[in-house]
Amino acid sequence: MIWAEDLTKVFDDFTAVNSVHLDVQPGQVLVLLGPNGAGKTTTVRMLTSILIPTRGQAKVAGYDVVTHPDKVRASVGVLTEHHGLYSRLSAIEYLEFYARLYGMDASIRLPRINNMLEQFGLAEARNRRCGQFSKGMRQKLALARALLHEPPVLLLDEPTSAMDPESAFMVRNAIRSMRSTHRTIVLCTHNLTEAEDLADQIAIIQRGRIIFNDTSANLKRRLLGAPEYEARLAGVVNGWEPTNIPGVSIVQRASDVLRFRVEDPQSANPLLLEQMIAHRLPIVSFQEVHRSLEDAYLEAVRQAAAEVPHA
Amino acid sequence: MLKSLYPVYVIAHREIRDQFRDWRIVFPIIILTILFPFLMNYTAQEMLGFVSKYGGEIVGERLIPFLLMIVGFFPSSFSLIIALETFVGEKERGSIEPLLSTPLEDWQLYLGKLSSAVVPPLFGSFLGMTVYLTGLAIGRAPLPDGEMMALIILLTIVQAVMMVSGAVVVSCQATSVRAANLLSSFIIIPVTLLIQGESMLMFWGNYGTLWMAFFGVILLTFLLMRMGLAYFRREELLGREIDVLNLRWGWMTFWQAFTGGAKNVWQWYRRVIPKTLAALRLPFVIVFLMGAAGVAIGFSLVRQFPIIAPPEMFTNLEERLGLLTEAFKPGTFGPVLMVFGNNLRVMALALLLGIFSFAVLGVLPIIVTLAVVGYILGILGLNGLPAGAFFAGLILPHAWLEIPAALLATAAVLRSGALLATPAQGKKIGQVWLESVAVWAQMMIGIVIPALFIAAMIEVWITPHLASLILR
Repeated sequence: MIWAEDLTKVFDDFTAVNSVHLDVQPGQVLVLLGPNGAGKTTTVRMLTSILIPTRGQAKVAGYDVVTHPDKVRASVGVLTEHHGLYSRLSAIEYLEFYARLYGMDASIRLPRINNMLEQFGLAEARNRRCGQFSKGMRQKLALARALLHEPPVLLLDEPTSAMDPESAFMVRNAIRSMRSTHRTIVLCTHNLTEAEDLADQIAIIQRGRIIFNDTSANLKRRLLGAPEYEARLAGVVNGWEPTNIPGVSIVQRASDVLRFRVEDPQSANPLLLEQMIAHRLPIVSFQEVHRSLEDAYLEAVRQAAAEVPHA
Repeated sequence: MLKSLYPVYVIAHREIRDQFRDWRIVFPIIILTILFPFLMNYTAQEMLGFVSKYGGEIVGERLIPFLLMIVGFFPSSFSLIIALETFVGEKERGSIEPLLSTPLEDWQLYLGKLSSAVVPPLFGSFLGMTVYLTGLAIGRAPLPDGEMMALIILLTIVQAVMMVSGAVVVSCQATSVRAANLLSSFIIIPVTLLIQGESMLMFWGNYGTLWMAFFGVILLTFLLMRMGLAYFRREELLGREIDVLNLRWGWMTFWQAFTGGAKNVWQWYRRVIPKTLAALRLPFVIVFLMGAAGVAIGFSLVRQFPIIAPPEMFTNLEERLGLLTEAFKPGTFGPVLMVFGNNLRVMALALLLGIFSFAVLGVLPIIVTLAVVGYILGILGLNGLPAGAFFAGLILPHAWLEIPAALLATAAVLRSGALLATPAQGKKIGQVWLESVAVWAQMMIGIVIPALFIAAMIEVWITPHLASLILR
């Protein structure tokens, strides 16, 4: 698990991370979203015990990042922004180097390396030097390195950037499978579709502060308002309106479409449908209007910018 | 212990394998190891023949160990390039972060990289030296004696380690190889001066001084390694960068350390200066002992370099001092400013030397000055003159103020060197350096400069009068 309270990092006179609170349980994926320079990498570096927090506390896999840095690092698999490959080493030499650094026993080292190379489709390139790898292959090899020692916590920075769709799909599947094995995962990404797809929690970080930290659905609700539902009808709608259903309002009315804002879909939607059927409205479909995480994210950033007093 | 050294081996092994796959490193090492010694061999043989024609065999004999040192130094100088590439190159390519995310201890990473930067160039050095010496033996040229060879080998090793240790310090501060190369002049210039000094000592043929130089280099290397270890921390490597010079921050850091939070001069003198003086107690005692050792060394050198002055040199002393008192009348500021300026220059020189050498060379001016005092007093005694009276008349009147002030300024320089080589949690090198320079400036402005000015006035206006009274 990952837990952080009031985590702060100040460089000289610049506050890179300001009072960050995190709580990610095993089997959960936290996605850190934010513009470049928002403090994501610094947060990850503090969680890896590379940087010492200026203030606050953090525990990773049960170990304090300040008092037990070696144990934290042994429990964490990190995929950094840069792949960090050595161009003159082959894939197998590269993984073997890290396996040795992680203190992996010789008997399990090679089978594990082969397994990782197989898993990421790099088995055939095992003896090729990393310098000859494509961007996607490098990314996959770096990810294989991060997973090599089977860490309980994974900190992944842009794991699918520069990958072709097939490889990205493979990596996302790998992340899902790691989640299912109760690993705690922190994912930094700019890919909002990926974030929505994988995240159990989304934290939006801006200017070092986490401005929102919630599930994707709750984020949308908080930032874009209550969910909207659209009823498509076979014929022209007359002046019908729902009655006595609290928290339901019509936001759009067209000739064959009705769009509702529903505060509590669990209780309101059955009543709404009941009334529509009772009024013999020719319902073709009734579904939630898709609102992207991108809209919510942009709204969050806009709100945060509006809150910052202008100089 | 062996278990904790295993990651060091893993790091070094990878680095060395990487280097031997890079033709840009391998090719020059081969040239410097195999071809360059042949060239030096030819040069040595030709020079021997040439100088012997004019009876200058000794020049040829001294040239042979000098060329041996050069043959060893050239491949070992690669250690600097490799070290910069190993440390900053990795930072620049972004491959350092995954490495720092492993359970490696900072010292393991440091030692692994240090040894990988030192071992291959040193291997090249020894191979080159072997080729050179074999060539000499085949050509029946005189070989350097065992002590000289041992000295050259030891100096080659220590210099390589010193350059790499310096490179680590530079690497911690730079985020690109380009910036590191620019900063490496802080290593190249002192090492070049060192090699020049060693060359002179070799031609002089003074083994004792060469051994002293060797131990001096060891001390510097130790301090650089300590500093490297102090600053080769994850925090320092990824959290710091000086590619952008933050002058405002630099000035604020200096000013805060200089004022120590005092709101006015009175508060500064009452609170900050005593605190700094307390912090300088130990360095002051050390500098004092070094100064005393300087006097003793100067005194002992009288036996080695005795000067028997002609008796007429000490006649008409009263008349001569009279001329001095006439020339330096109280109220004439020209001579005062000259003496004061000279002393100030020596203090600035001590700081300058101290910056490049962790204060090792910074203490030299005071030691040398006091050694000269000891030597002069010894010579006076040797010539049957009252050294005590000379001291009391010509030195003591102003030295009681001048010497403690100089010792205090040197103590601040010594402290700055010690602080640089000591881990400072959460502080970067520049910060530590600026703060220690601020402490030096505190002492200079608060105590040393006023004391030196008063001492200069005493030296010009009072000392000649007192001397003429005492030595009458």
